[in-house]
Amino acid sequence: MRKTFKLNDLDCANCAAKMQEVISKIDGVTSANVNFMMQKLTIDADSERFDAIVDAAQAAISKIEPDCTIVR
Amino acid sequence: MNKKQRRMRNRIVIALVLFAIVYAVTEFLPLDSWLGSARAAVYVEFALFLVPYLIAGYDVLLRAGRNIKSGHMLDENFLMSVATIGAFSLVLFPDSGPHMAEGAAVMLFYQVGELFQSYAVGKSRQSIAEMMDIAPDYANVMDDGRLVQVDPTEVAVGSRIVVKAGERVPLDGVVVDGTSQLDTSALTGESLPRTVEPGSDVISGCVNMTGLLTVETTKPFGESTVSRILELVENASDKKARTENFITRFARWYTPIVVGIAALLAVIPPLAGMGSWSDWVFRGLTFLVVSCPCALVISVPLSFFGGIGGASKLGILVKGSNYLEALASVDTVVFDKTGTLTNGSFVVTSVKPAHPGDEERILRLAAHAEAFSDHPIALSVRAAFSGDIDTAQICDVEERSGHGVMATIGGERVSVGNDKLMHTCGIIFDETDTQGTVLHVAANGTYLGFIVIADEPKPDAVAAIRALHEAGVRRTVMLTGDRLAAAQSVASRLGIDEVHAQLLPQDKVEEVERLLSGGAARTGKLAFVGDGINDAPVLTRADVGIAMGAMGSDAAIEAADVVLMDDKPSNIARAIRISRKTMRIVWQNIVFALGVKFAVLVLAAIGVANMWLAVFADVGVAILAILNAMRCMNVRK
Repeated sequence: MRKTFKLNDLDCANCAAKMQEVISKIDGVTSANVNFMMQKLTIDADSERFDAIVDAAQAAISKIEPDCTIVR
Repeated sequence: MNKKQRRMRNRIVIALVLFAIVYAVTEFLPLDSWLGSARAAVYVEFALFLVPYLIAGYDVLLRAGRNIKSGHMLDENFLMSVATIGAFSLVLFPDSGPHMAEGAAVMLFYQVGELFQSYAVGKSRQSIAEMMDIAPDYANVMDDGRLVQVDPTEVAVGSRIVVKAGERVPLDGVVVDGTSQLDTSALTGESLPRTVEPGSDVISGCVNMTGLLTVETTKPFGESTVSRILELVENASDKKARTENFITRFARWYTPIVVGIAALLAVIPPLAGMGSWSDWVFRGLTFLVVSCPCALVISVPLSFFGGIGGASKLGILVKGSNYLEALASVDTVVFDKTGTLTNGSFVVTSVKPAHPGDEERILRLAAHAEAFSDHPIALSVRAAFSGDIDTAQICDVEERSGHGVMATIGGERVSVGNDKLMHTCGIIFDETDTQGTVLHVAANGTYLGFIVIADEPKPDAVAAIRALHEAGVRRTVMLTGDRLAAAQSVASRLGIDEVHAQLLPQDKVEEVERLLSGGAARTGKLAFVGDGINDAPVLTRADVGIAMGAMGSDAAIEAADVVLMDDKPSNIARAIRISRKTMRIVWQNIVFALGVKFAVLVLAAIGVANMWLAVFADVGVAILAILNAMRCMNVRK
């Protein structure tokens, strides 16, 4: 399943690149893309565990930029 | 500015004012003599500078602390914290001069830079969103004889909607009632309005300027032109350019390396007895201030985003930053002739009978033979025939793709087609080098004469080719199914370098393949321009596939990398110019930012640069790079 989320308070371009890298490595994620300009996160991942994967992505994002949240 | 940015701005202003006061106090008031000792004065200064420092940077310190806990060292918060705390701590080395002012200033200017970045990015995102403000808010649907406003997403295909003057067409459809002028400029950049009447297709996103239109919708909102365009432009920055990926990779290495050198610089020389600890530690801290690659990491995608946004304002949709990048190095442009360089609407220009006086008969037979065809040539022949077509007379119609058509008309076996058809039918005919497409007509094996059909070049085609050459495109190539003579005459009129004629649709792919592999000398990229209807394989094969006249054509939007909304070939050169400008700005920023940073690093290592210079290198460069990147959005019509 592929889904796009809006990201709130994504302030730093370098962090966006780091987030993309970390989220891509989450188990079950086929591909991830953080679009800094549009403030969007696109995740292509295992449908069955999708919610858990988005949770993991949020956790990864919070580590890099604590204010930044995925809008679901 | 949003709430968060306004709060930040207020904090910075307060911190700046306090900083200026403290700076003036420590600089001009005789603190030493008031407090009795120079040492005491230094500690008072320390406390005074701590106030603006904390006001400006407490959140940076907090974030740095949190990041250390979660194992993310080396992020910009951490680096700035270490650099500034380090500068303050130098007060503990009584042999060095105090560096509190610098510590506070670094934090202050760092925050100014951050605020500016966030503001600039928000601003350009917003202005691109405004540029793309073509999404309709509602659709007027007839319900029980009353007009109701509903969300366009809820309108079913085949519904009748009413578009009043001044409203935006909410969904793609066909006009069933009313005539009006449509303003398509938001989609195509074309300022001339388009006239529509019953039977015309209308495209969502256009503005109805004058009359009242009733439209029968042909697509749901999700598939309508407006949503496709918005989706395309928004997703364009997902496809990252090579330069962008390079910078991201570079940033990953740059910070650890600079920090590593900073650490070595602070420790090794003093251990080797080359100077005081405080001096070298300060040099190391100065390194940290320039160790953040933000200016680059932010300005590159911002430039691409701006370029794509600016292009879309002209009706040029680029589907990814990577395609914008490829477009900049295009040196060969291959055109499909019909519909791209020419109008694609054929007109009979003359009839040349073998025996004088046969003109009327030739046209009549040709019009009847072509009576059932939708081919543009057939349409033009029927349009030129003034009489009525009696379909009862026509039987045994046999169309031969790439050759022509044969039919029995009123008992006569008629062949209408090109040289190849005449050869296969064994008809002796006069070879001609007439310009335009030649349609031979023969009846019962006897040659009657030929019809000349011309497809006029588009009004801006000559200018378009000239503009391409001026933009540095070395080679323009035209592919066509036409006869060589006809093709060459068009090519020479337009100033095209190379022509490949008499190609069947599948030959075009081969021809492009051949051009793509064109020897080791080829360094630039190849762009193929087609009208997108049956060019999908070629569009995908070329380095950059450009589809033209895509107002409402799904196939084109799907297959192409760059979509020109209106059918003006001059937009190709414009697209290339925009891409070149974007790449120029991207490289300016890369070279400028890296140049300044390396210069400051070297100066800091040899002890010439202080923190003031370093913070300029960091924040100043970021601000200049962002301002430069924002130029990408400005495009000339």
